[in-house]
Amino acid sequence: MAFIAEFGCWLPEHIVTSAEAGSWVGSDAEWVRNVSGIDERRFAAETDTVADLAARAGADCLGRAGLAAKHLGMILVASGTAERSFPGPACAAARLLGAEHVPALDIPMASAGSLFALSLASRLAGQLGPILVIGAEIMSRVVLREPRERGVAILFGDGAGACLVSPNAGRAEIIDSFLASDGSFADDLKLDHGAPLQMNGRSVILQASRKIPAAIRTVLDRNGVAPAAVQSFLMHQANQNLLDKIAASLGVPPERFFSNIRRYGNTSSASLLIAACEWSRAEGFRSGAPVVFAAFGAGFHWGALLARGV
Amino acid sequence: MDRRSKLTEILKSVTKKDVNIGPEESLFESGVLDSFALPDLVSALEQEFSIQIPDSDLNPRKFDSIQRIEEYLDSRA
Repeated sequence: MAFIAEFGCWLPEHIVTSAEAGSWVGSDAEWVRNVSGIDERRFAAETDTVADLAARAGADCLGRAGLAAKHLGMILVASGTAERSFPGPACAAARLLGAEHVPALDIPMASAGSLFALSLASRLAGQLGPILVIGAEIMSRVVLREPRERGVAILFGDGAGACLVSPNAGRAEIIDSFLASDGSFADDLKLDHGAPLQMNGRSVILQASRKIPAAIRTVLDRNGVAPAAVQSFLMHQANQNLLDKIAASLGVPPERFFSNIRRYGNTSSASLLIAACEWSRAEGFRSGAPVVFAAFGAGFHWGALLARGV
Repeated sequence: MDRRSKLTEILKSVTKKDVNIGPEESLFESGVLDSFALPDLVSALEQEFSIQIPDSDLNPRKFDSIQRIEEYLDSRA
């Protein structure tokens, strides 16, 4: 048994509009909005590292929870845009947080990373104590690499989100999670060292539009919860059109799917926890109400997690 | 209605567009089909032809023309 105790997030100040992003690929803001639902995204400062963003979101989360970093049992940092192969940003973020001696583990998975980390934390918290899960990305340095792909350059932004998973108390209990991977499609969404991000958008959307609803149904069915009974769906913010399609597939109103992609774009592993953080502050868990987290990303890796408000 | 006519009707229904296209022409390049209509096309094919298309078969190239869709359906016959 484990609980979601608190969320945190951090977004860079610098806003890049969809008019500017569209101009990189010979298009305009209206086209960007139509294909993605994105109006603007944030880009980190040149001097920032992924670990810097991770530590800021982590500090926001721990500050709200009133927990000193040294009392953590583990830190998990999901990121697909770390500056180097090793060491990853987890140990640097732990040091910045004042948690030098807390074990810190990198999860280099991109978009589904923070969901996998949440699921792992829910299983490990009972043994290790409170676990700080962070998703942090600086996607701008990837999408600005030449040549800029029309369907890629306009999608992404930078940011970080965090979640404190506690073994004994919190706002919501983590009830169940379902994780899956299929390496058959590894080449359809990939980031080779020093290269631009490569994405077969048709394959990603086709697979995601089937696998995400199936994963959500798996955790709901296992626990006897109907989609209509779910308070909110907190998703990896990949594309507004995809979120709407998943809502339709599950037969629930799209308003149940919290969305902030209009303001931040797709921040890969960070997006799920940034969305959860903003949702928590705007609405938050209702006692006894189920809430679903779900993500899909490079690999392909995907899954869903069910929590219930305390 | 023969199968090709049925496929054209499915495409019209899914895309809400006129489908005046040769059987070998790319549905994507011609603008008939986009990424977000493709999952709906696959679901419609499953329903119309009473088949379950496994995720491992969900390669967009298999559905990129009327002829390719026919070839896929033949492979499932």
